[in-house]
Amino acid sequence: MRRTALALAAALPLAFAAQAADKVKVGFISTLSGPNAAIGVDIRDGFNLAVKLAGGKLGGLPAEVIVADDQLNPDVAKQNADRMVKRDRVDFVTGTVFSNVVLAIAPQVIESKTFFIGPNAGPAQYTGAQCNPYFFSSSWPSEAYSEAAGQYVTQRGFKSVVFLAPNYQGGKDAANGFKRYFKGKLAEEMYTKLGQLDYAAELAQIRAAKPDALYVFLPGGMGVNFIKQFVASGMSKDIQLVVPLWGSDQDIIRAVGDPMLGLFSLGHWTIDLDNAANRKFVAEFEKAYKRLPTGYAASGYDTGLLLDAAIRKVKGKIEDKEALRAAIKSADFKSVRGDFKFGANQFPVQNYYLQAITKNADGRIVHKTVGTVLTARGDAYVQDCKMK
Amino acid sequence: MSGILLLEQSLNGLQFGLMLFLLAAGLTLVFGIMDMINLAHGSLYMVGAFLAATFVDLTGSFWLAVALALAGTALVGMALEVSVLRRLYARDHLSQVLATFALILVANETVRIVWGPQLPLAAPPALAGPVEIVPGLQYSSYRLVIIAVGLAVAAALYFAIARTRVGMLVRAGASNREMAVAMGVNIKRLFTIVFGCAAALCAVAGAMLGPILAVQVGMGENILILAFVVIVIGGIGSIRGALVGALLVGVVDTMGRAFLPHLLRQFLRADLAGALGPALASILIYVLMAAILFWKPQGLFPARG
Repeated sequence: MRRTALALAAALPLAFAAQAADKVKVGFISTLSGPNAAIGVDIRDGFNLAVKLAGGKLGGLPAEVIVADDQLNPDVAKQNADRMVKRDRVDFVTGTVFSNVVLAIAPQVIESKTFFIGPNAGPAQYTGAQCNPYFFSSSWPSEAYSEAAGQYVTQRGFKSVVFLAPNYQGGKDAANGFKRYFKGKLAEEMYTKLGQLDYAAELAQIRAAKPDALYVFLPGGMGVNFIKQFVASGMSKDIQLVVPLWGSDQDIIRAVGDPMLGLFSLGHWTIDLDNAANRKFVAEFEKAYKRLPTGYAASGYDTGLLLDAAIRKVKGKIEDKEALRAAIKSADFKSVRGDFKFGANQFPVQNYYLQAITKNADGRIVHKTVGTVLTARGDAYVQDCKMK
Repeated sequence: MSGILLLEQSLNGLQFGLMLFLLAAGLTLVFGIMDMINLAHGSLYMVGAFLAATFVDLTGSFWLAVALALAGTALVGMALEVSVLRRLYARDHLSQVLATFALILVANETVRIVWGPQLPLAAPPALAGPVEIVPGLQYSSYRLVIIAVGLAVAAALYFAIARTRVGMLVRAGASNREMAVAMGVNIKRLFTIVFGCAAALCAVAGAMLGPILAVQVGMGENILILAFVVIVIGGIGSIRGALVGALLVGVVDTMGRAFLPHLLRQFLRADLAGALGPALASILIYVLMAAILFWKPQGLFPARG
């Protein structure tokens, strides 16, 4: 009896080692319930689509995707991350939507030498001195969209601009990014409560400030409310509203409808980008889920492609972390966003596009690429990253 | 210039306050008369908005849709009262909080299954743009209509409570429930009616706010907190308190957000004022609530003596 137990104990680690090589486990922690669930659902659907199109595999290894809902609660996310790293022994953790959740779970994930791939929020902390070999972002550095907005507003020759964002870290990051590239005068810098519903007071102040343009950094439901109220106030004729892609994406278009037309946004991906990978992604996404993909979904899909390419490059030997890291970093795949590579801090270096919101041929409201605002842009903190 | 700004911000405060009143009136009646904490009140507001969006799609008329949503939500509210909430009246507040919190989760997921995460709802085209009220002040015509509807509902509610028989029973129930029962009031039926009315008020708020706010799953939770602040300020069970409390919260919140950052800039360094202003403006109504409770622990107009 004791001998059997011993034999079992001896065999167990072997069994685990063998298992690690014949499949890949991905821990997917995302916001899948509550008012912001649409974002997490889109990232998940995009990622799952990439796995599905690769025949349920990533880089030739059968893929097991373990999905958990973080409820936009850092504590819940930490419990999930703990379980995935210790019990499920996942090889990658991804899926996370919000920066506060990323900051809560990334430390324990990277400490266990599990790769963290951020498919959405890329907190500025990890782009600079805190950069880490196990931390990748497959989306954008957190200030980049606002940098592109600042550059666009400067190019257009707008002299007086109002900036509006929620009063939290993401909003401050946006202000930093915007001011880095905006050369004119910031007529007013306004911060609102996170989750504010009504913007009548701010709209009245904006009307009084008489700016040429307005850059608004309001995610999810906040953006829906603001855009509806801005259009109803009649100011949209005199003031150009500029928003990040995710402040105007399909989730918001579905809620706002026609008032979205005529807005300008900035993003790292547009639904109409003309490359083979993107055409395939948009068509397959719509076929699978009966709706148009968002930038979130594109990012989730790209994360799937990134892992697929990296695992293929190391020929499925994902236990060799150094080789796997080099393979991820080489980003040897055709991204739906076109040109894409990682900087020294393992954050994307990519183009940012100007997009107009218009109706397409079949009458649906979509983004249309108008031009490239920033080319091969990384971030402002990469020089502080001393990692080799 | 600044006079016009002040006028515009006052209208904003009034409009926000009146919509809060519609939610708070129902909440305070349910809380005051039935002694029932109903966290799912916000879910009825969400259902009202989703029903309105659906009916706009079906009928093509905004106002018909509002009326249908009102009736539909009242039915949903009464069905909820008869099937679930009735069993909770005898329980303590903790059980009520737990049960109605569960109802929020159920309602959110049900709405997501039936309608999806969000629906578009636009103002009627005639009201989509701004109007010039006084020279130099363009104001959203839809917001003016919200103010008018809010005032009309407040007046109708006042009449119903002060002048009708059901209103008398409601007042009796709010000030002393046991005595009302002892005097032969059919309290079961009264509760169902009150709950239906509360749901209808939620639907008016949801449908009217739909065109300026997002009609999405979870929309009720954000506004519910404000509604609770209002009824605590106004005095639980008092409609008059709910009206005064709602207008106070609406005006203080709007004015705080509009003018506090500028005011602070007069006294403090720019960076300090920039950091402090928005933070202070967003807690202003809670400061107001704390101050009122300090001097009037029962709220401004307590229903019970």
